[in-house]
Amino acid sequence: MTQTELFIQFIINGVTIGSYLGLIALGYTMVYGIIELINFAHGDVYMLGFLTSLTFLGILSVNRTLGGWQLWVITFGVMFVTMLAMGTINMLIDRVAYKPLRRAPRLAALITAIGMSFMLENLGMIWKGPSQINYPNIFPTIDILNNVLGMKTAVLFTTKDVFLMGVTVPLMVILSLFIRNTKMGKAMRATAQDREAAALMGINVETVIRNTFFIGGALAGAAGMMVGIYLNTGRYLMGFDAGLLAFTSAVLGGIGNINGAVLGGYVIGFLNAGSDQYLSSEWTRALVFTTLILVLVFKPSGLLGERTPEK
Amino acid sequence: MAQIWHSLTVPWRALPARQRQILTWAFSILLPLIFPLVDKTFNWGIVNDVTDVLVLVILALGLNIVVGYAGLLDLGYAAFFAIGAYTTGVLTWPPHHLEWNFWIVIWAAVIVAAFFGIVIGTPTLRLRGDYLAIVTLAFGEIVPVVMRNLGSVTIGVGPWRLLSNFNLTNGVQGLNPVGRPSIWGFKFSFDPTPWYYLILSIAALVILANVRLQDSRLGRAWMALREDETAADCMGVDPIRTKLSAFAIGASFSGFSGAFYAAKLQAIFPELFKFNLSVMILCMVILGGMGSIKGVVIGGMLLQLFDRVVLTQTTIFARGVGQALHISPLATIDLSLWRWFFFGLTMVVIMVLRPEGLFPSATRRAELHAAEEETPQPAESG
Repeated sequence: MTQTELFIQFIINGVTIGSYLGLIALGYTMVYGIIELINFAHGDVYMLGFLTSLTFLGILSVNRTLGGWQLWVITFGVMFVTMLAMGTINMLIDRVAYKPLRRAPRLAALITAIGMSFMLENLGMIWKGPSQINYPNIFPTIDILNNVLGMKTAVLFTTKDVFLMGVTVPLMVILSLFIRNTKMGKAMRATAQDREAAALMGINVETVIRNTFFIGGALAGAAGMMVGIYLNTGRYLMGFDAGLLAFTSAVLGGIGNINGAVLGGYVIGFLNAGSDQYLSSEWTRALVFTTLILVLVFKPSGLLGERTPEK
Repeated sequence: MAQIWHSLTVPWRALPARQRQILTWAFSILLPLIFPLVDKTFNWGIVNDVTDVLVLVILALGLNIVVGYAGLLDLGYAAFFAIGAYTTGVLTWPPHHLEWNFWIVIWAAVIVAAFFGIVIGTPTLRLRGDYLAIVTLAFGEIVPVVMRNLGSVTIGVGPWRLLSNFNLTNGVQGLNPVGRPSIWGFKFSFDPTPWYYLILSIAALVILANVRLQDSRLGRAWMALREDETAADCMGVDPIRTKLSAFAIGASFSGFSGAFYAAKLQAIFPELFKFNLSVMILCMVILGGMGSIKGVVIGGMLLQLFDRVVLTQTTIFARGVGQALHISPLATIDLSLWRWFFFGLTMVVIMVLRPEGLFPSATRRAELHAAEEETPQPAESG
């Protein structure tokens, strides 16, 4: 690979990683915006999304690359059901573990969130085993640059990259429109600004929180399935790393800020891809976590966020 | 049940309070001292495991200073444990040709761990509590990665090399063997009993330090900060410096026990010090009661008892039942695979139902329930 090709490949990888990180980061940022809780179990909901979609594909006994109408019906059908299931699970997690602690010290809820995360990880391990899990290669992989456009290049840009972006970007746009234009979106923004004032204005805060958890869980579920289709492999611990990366993205973009989460996702995606490519993948984890520390220390308000005082 | 308990404890409760206290103390001091004899008499062979549990309890006591007294959630506590263990390993691993005396090495481990505690604490302690938790978590994740990747260190500028492919931590395989301590010519080796007494005396020292710190000026400053930072600040407690001292002291306890753990285990590798260890220790502290020394000791032991004995015994029992009744999923169940589920469940249940823990300290209990009494629940509009 030449330097230019390497660089182009780095951009492609950065955008794909950033796309699904942004999707997960949205769940973190929305929940934090409303109840100021780092929903530590969120990454594991993403992992469960991966496992659940795998199970649904198993029920439909799909284990080969699909084509034609089957491809679209099955992919989006399974994705829809997975999103519903993960949204519901996330809502249940809130009901069981976080709702009783709404008025408790902030760290108490964070501790239950960590406990919840360990419970989900363990369930994932029992469910599908501790080793790497294969995900059926349902989406056709076609090398666009070489085979479709007839270019001679070492850069790999396939239909899967297009598919990943083609699903994640519209989801983010829809969410953004939902928050900006609907009544529920308005209620969410109001609750994020001031929960008690919102309640006084007749907004049912608990319904808003429930919906927030549902949407966040659904997006994480979609991300889990997308990664399954894209990488064809996963593991019960995948949620921990992805969750921390996504949380870093959310903080980097300014926690509580929807656009910031997406922006942060892409920045962290590029950082991840760049470290894999130009440094060494052994150090990627350390580099990402160092970034997390540096962001939290020097720019805790993030790129697009406002400084919020400690309550 | 309560009545049986009541009638069984009649002679006990008939004693004057003073005598009961003396008996409790005598029992809790004597039992650990004669434990290896008991173990030998009944042929349990668990002295080694109990020593490991004690190391974890010491760690929990150290974390109790940070989480319990100062109210700072430290999710990377295992990192300081790793730093202590690796300092010991690096200074005593034979291929390095240093092989320092163990009794000097432990202080090096304490100093290095405290140093890193200050390095990570100085910029981050002004952050909000939950951000601090994530920073410590990130630090805890970085340390094992660094340990794993320092198997070949090259430091130099251009062609000039200070170090070239220097094997500092031996990568994934880790350091083995680590130097062992000796006292007055007696060398600690594979026999678990001397180790038991060594670790037990360390545990006693750490408990003593915890008690003294709790009532000291510094300890009261920590608790004041935990309860109300603004008020404590106004009363002249320097928040950053006080928190930093909690962080550094907690880290040095961790480094201290890391040194002993490395010497006892003889082999240390990066995988030992993952996030899971930090969470398990945190779970021990939470179960017993944050800020309560008695709670942390008993809670830590209970959790370990559950993990090491109850889970395996229940598995055997459940399999027996499953085989007898021909229920195949029950016959092949392995509950020890569920241990992290139960740890997580413990954290959730305790925080939701009894956040002060099983054996709470009075002040912490009052504090955690203050919100319920003072401010009524706001009406939720329907």
